[in-house]
Amino acid sequence: MPMLEAKGVSKAFGGLKAVSNVDIHVDKGGILGLIGPNGAGKTTLFNMISGAIQMDSGTVMFDGTKISGKKPNQICRFGLGRSFQTAKNFAGMPVHQNVLMGALFGKKGRSNAQAGQIVDEVLDFVGLSELRDKMVPDIPLAYQKRLEVARALATQPKLLMLDEMMAGLNPSEVSEAMELVTKIQKSGITIIMIEHVMKAIMNICDRIVVLHHGAKIAEGTPQEISTSKTVIEVYLGEC
Amino acid sequence: MIKKYNVKKELQYIVVFVAVIFFAFVPLFGSTAIITMSTTIMMYIVMAASWNMFSGPTGYISLASGAFVGLGFYASGFMSNHYPLPVLMLFGGLVSFALAALMGSITLRLRGVYFTIFTFCLVELVKAIMTWYEIMVVRKRGLSVRNFGSDTAFYAMLVMVAIALIVVIVVKRTRFGMALTGIGESEDAASHIGIGTTRTKVFGFAISAFFMGTVGAVRATMLNFIDPGSAFNMMFSFLPVLMCVFGGMKTFLGPIIGAIVFASLQYNLVMKMPQIYMIIFGGIMILAILFMPTGIVGVYERIRNSLKDRNSIRKEVADDANA
Repeated sequence: MPMLEAKGVSKAFGGLKAVSNVDIHVDKGGILGLIGPNGAGKTTLFNMISGAIQMDSGTVMFDGTKISGKKPNQICRFGLGRSFQTAKNFAGMPVHQNVLMGALFGKKGRSNAQAGQIVDEVLDFVGLSELRDKMVPDIPLAYQKRLEVARALATQPKLLMLDEMMAGLNPSEVSEAMELVTKIQKSGITIIMIEHVMKAIMNICDRIVVLHHGAKIAEGTPQEISTSKTVIEVYLGEC
Repeated sequence: MIKKYNVKKELQYIVVFVAVIFFAFVPLFGSTAIITMSTTIMMYIVMAASWNMFSGPTGYISLASGAFVGLGFYASGFMSNHYPLPVLMLFGGLVSFALAALMGSITLRLRGVYFTIFTFCLVELVKAIMTWYEIMVVRKRGLSVRNFGSDTAFYAMLVMVAIALIVVIVVKRTRFGMALTGIGESEDAASHIGIGTTRTKVFGFAISAFFMGTVGAVRATMLNFIDPGSAFNMMFSFLPVLMCVFGGMKTFLGPIIGAIVFASLQYNLVMKMPQIYMIIFGGIMILAILFMPTGIVGVYERIRNSLKDRNSIRKEVADDANA
């Protein structure tokens, strides 16, 4: 049974069809990769699923509930967490409080003690424990991106959407980030990730969807995608 | 639990509340002029503190204060002959709360400067409606308001200062306050971790409006006569913003210090040089914004930090010398 299933999702900005009639689904416990050239509509698709923008048409089912048309805070409470492409941390707060925000508001009726415990667990899980008292602008980009993920994890999601978590990271940071993603999946959280770092996508995803000009042009295992003629033409390039 | 107890923070609260208690004795030996001026200062404190409670953390700059104060004026104007002052205050506050909640739920979806422009227009809108009502419906301009005496107004304001400051502290310490801060820091992130951003903003805006309404109701009783021009006054919209900028936004003491300095400055300038008061006042405001964008509290913190740095460097040098 799919954890998330989006059907016929479309969005136009004026005359530009950012996303047209896209179907995607991800199975429970799986990792779906979303790739495509810049402007292909990947982030727009994320924004529609997470409720940040309204879709023109289409439906999204999440774990048996229809979430399309709901607000981001409601969708979050159903158990769908996300990170942002450009880190949107609470810059005026220390690291641990960023995570605490997720823990406090992510689910209804959490006590302060429970939230505090979640913060410790999550910081330990993503490896930010030592930086817990630092202010966000004082930590390196790689950690700021990790904090994005930590904040989403603190809401204790069933599905996590990662938007270019590895962009701007150096190779060793990328490997660390890959380890983190695998670790998150092993802890039982389903993942959808947008990524341009092919090494990461090909190694950790079990299925990949390719978007181009707002339409889905290919879907399959990493093996199928890396050998698909259309995908090579529009995105991967000959090599 | 959410925030660790910070001794210095607790101390500033205690100092302020002791000052409020001492302030209660002013009417016993002050002249009427001093009592009236103190009442004005306290009104400014409530306005600045409650404005800062919403606009400080969220960054949604509201210029609607004039509308809410004005509704307080008219609450008193309509009911002062039949009801005691606390009822007028409560009524003024609740009407303002309701208007803010209604307007907030429509406009707080707007972000940034569009919200500010709307709130700016709201004052004029309410004023125009009130003027129309007086001219076309009751055919009588203005209302006379019963004066409850300067002591009563003073104590009513004092109570509002205490309540407003307590609410500010409570809001700061609760999840609601954290949600407001989260919205100001990053609204997208806030909504994606489960904060109902619109609801939080509307509620914060309405609470802040409530306080504007209550002090407006008290203020009206000090004036004997009110009309739409004096009630829905843009000055009341700009005052809290200026006072918070002057004192320091996003701090507890900032709005209080800003209000006190501002009111005394205004009072002295009006008394001593009524012709050029606005020119000097404007000059001081420009200088303040240019040279202390973080306000008086910000300047104080900067000086303290630089002294601390210097001391720690001195200590290091001394340690090195000893070693």
